[in-house]
Amino acid sequence: MSILINKNTRVLCQGITGKVGQFHTKGCLEYGTKMVGGVTPGKGGEKVLDLPVFDTVAEAVEKTGADATMIFVPPAFTADAILEAVDAGIKTVIAITEGVPVLDMARAYEIVRRSKSTLIGPNCPGVITPEECKIGIMPGYIHKKGPVGVMSRSGTLTYEAVWQLSNLGLGQSTCVGLGGDPIVGTSFIDLLKMFQDDPATEAILMMGEIGGTAEEEAAAYVRDHVTKPVAAFIAGRAAPPGKRMGHAGAIISGGKGTATEKIAALEAAGIEVAQSPADMGEALKRAIGRKRR
Amino acid sequence: MKIHEYQAKEILRKAGVPVPTGIVARTPEEAAEAFRTLGGKLAVVKAQIHAGGRGKGKVKGSEQRGVELVRSAEDAARVATGLLNRELVTIQTGEAGQAVRQVLVEEGCDIARELYLGIVVDRASAGPVLMVSSEGGMNIEDVAEKTPELIFKEQFHPDAGLQAFQARKLAWRLGLKGKSVAAAEKFMKQLCRVFVETDASLVEINPLVVTGAGDLIALDAKMTFDDNAMFRHKDLGELRDISEEEPAEIRAATAGLSYVKLDGSIGCLVNGAGLAMSTMDLIKLHGGEPANFLDVGGGANVDQVTEAFRILLADKNTKAVLVNIFGGIMRCTTIANAILAAYKTVGFNVPLVVRLEGTEVEEGRKILATSDLAIIGAEGLTDAAKKVVAAAANNAAC
Repeated sequence: MSILINKNTRVLCQGITGKVGQFHTKGCLEYGTKMVGGVTPGKGGEKVLDLPVFDTVAEAVEKTGADATMIFVPPAFTADAILEAVDAGIKTVIAITEGVPVLDMARAYEIVRRSKSTLIGPNCPGVITPEECKIGIMPGYIHKKGPVGVMSRSGTLTYEAVWQLSNLGLGQSTCVGLGGDPIVGTSFIDLLKMFQDDPATEAILMMGEIGGTAEEEAAAYVRDHVTKPVAAFIAGRAAPPGKRMGHAGAIISGGKGTATEKIAALEAAGIEVAQSPADMGEALKRAIGRKRR
Repeated sequence: MKIHEYQAKEILRKAGVPVPTGIVARTPEEAAEAFRTLGGKLAVVKAQIHAGGRGKGKVKGSEQRGVELVRSAEDAARVATGLLNRELVTIQTGEAGQAVRQVLVEEGCDIARELYLGIVVDRASAGPVLMVSSEGGMNIEDVAEKTPELIFKEQFHPDAGLQAFQARKLAWRLGLKGKSVAAAEKFMKQLCRVFVETDASLVEINPLVVTGAGDLIALDAKMTFDDNAMFRHKDLGELRDISEEEPAEIRAATAGLSYVKLDGSIGCLVNGAGLAMSTMDLIKLHGGEPANFLDVGGGANVDQVTEAFRILLADKNTKAVLVNIFGGIMRCTTIANAILAAYKTVGFNVPLVVRLEGTEVEEGRKILATSDLAIIGAEGLTDAAKKVVAAAANNAAC
């Protein structure tokens, strides 16, 4: 099992005719993902990597039976692409693009929230269920199938964590990149619920960072609703307040959103917190050990 | 993106939000002329910098405050002389202070009450929220901490805007009466509209003044904008004040890099913001101090990486550099070639520790190993941190 995507998921790429969209569609195909087509308005009828390109997501869904999409559309048009996918009934919408205006996401999220679709991102590396389906930009080879659910606001930091887990013999059920923006489609809490309900997931590793209160809220949810062992790492302890550290969402503002506060909340909820990014895999091992006693 | 108070007030004025009349002055003569043009008995001279706390702030080496009431043109010139081209130190600028390049000379105001009004995008509700408080003219973060019940909030949809009933609710919460209620309703709705129209990330009116006559006027205005939205606001882009920004950060942004200057001695070059923050954390954990945050991104090419090295090495405080790359989109071969290119172009005068992992890692390591460069290779994060902290300490000792 797994969450969100598996070997049967049929995937579109919105923005497939662009250089980046094409590059990553190829990467997903090579991993074994069932890529079934792409969408670029105006380029319907063309073929990219032997996949059919459509003008609209609706037509693509009709002709290919796609139930997921990977969005590589430029930031000015990303919210629109998300809404088009939701409107066409796509179940899992994964928006990779970085640089989407925050108010565009405020407008889009309201509609996504009331639909039956799940949005991951934007500004995220994507989702991977190892050995079954990869939708995104992560290097497939570092992942191994196994019992750990992974969720993170970061991209490359997630790869570090996955690499550590795989080297410890702890494979992953599904890895989800939430995205680095202030407003993203799916929260830690949404994923905790999915992982808690997934029979194949036995433990959960989460990577957070400064900015906002998503980790604190997640900690409270774990305390009240999650029985599986959870470990975490929070990036940005060394970050100064008031400065955006790369991710639009990574900013300590008005004293809120510091790493120290997040770590305190997580520890209070019984979550094993890694002190160093080198220690993430080991922290998860400790969490499993603690639960067993 | 930040802008000055006088620029924020100009945006508000154009949008129909009441602000005091003010004139920007860049010399003491202009300040005196501004006083005369305003024609009142009273004016305020305010330093224009991108930091708050100007009222309580002081010019380095003098008693001149960042904001002062004046009663004559000569007085205005005197204050302007004391501020212009000097470093103003406030609670937000740090000890170095910030150079004042212009002042705002503003008409005086009849202040009956001082309120607070702010708009931000709230993550929890995934949309904009208007916050008001009767505790104006104070540090709102202190209010939020000590008396949060004195802050009232209303969420609004970006396009539907703040509804009249919401504005009335807030006005009555603030204890406004009579014509002030209608004035507040208009003020709040217009402010919310400006926030959305300009893709702001913060609009803060502190204090929002209620005059003796019951009118509302924005005595101070702070606006910052969503960097992600600036592509659709070329006019706002022109308001940018490069002199208020860190030169290295501007240079990095021009090259498409994400860079924040810090105070330490260990330069970092990393791909991905989360990993870059973690690398800073890692260095601190092992007793070092990061000199910067730098995210070279996933698609960075040899030129960008070379420019990144130039920026890091231009920082005089740098005693060692750590390159930490986990290649997903970014290939280890790309970074290895970039290191070689940078070495040749820029010349490395400090120890360099390189830790590579991910896509094409073996080829990447080989490229570095077979070159004749004195690069310190690292296996894993802890090894990398220990090596670079030691290298920086050794270098500093020489």
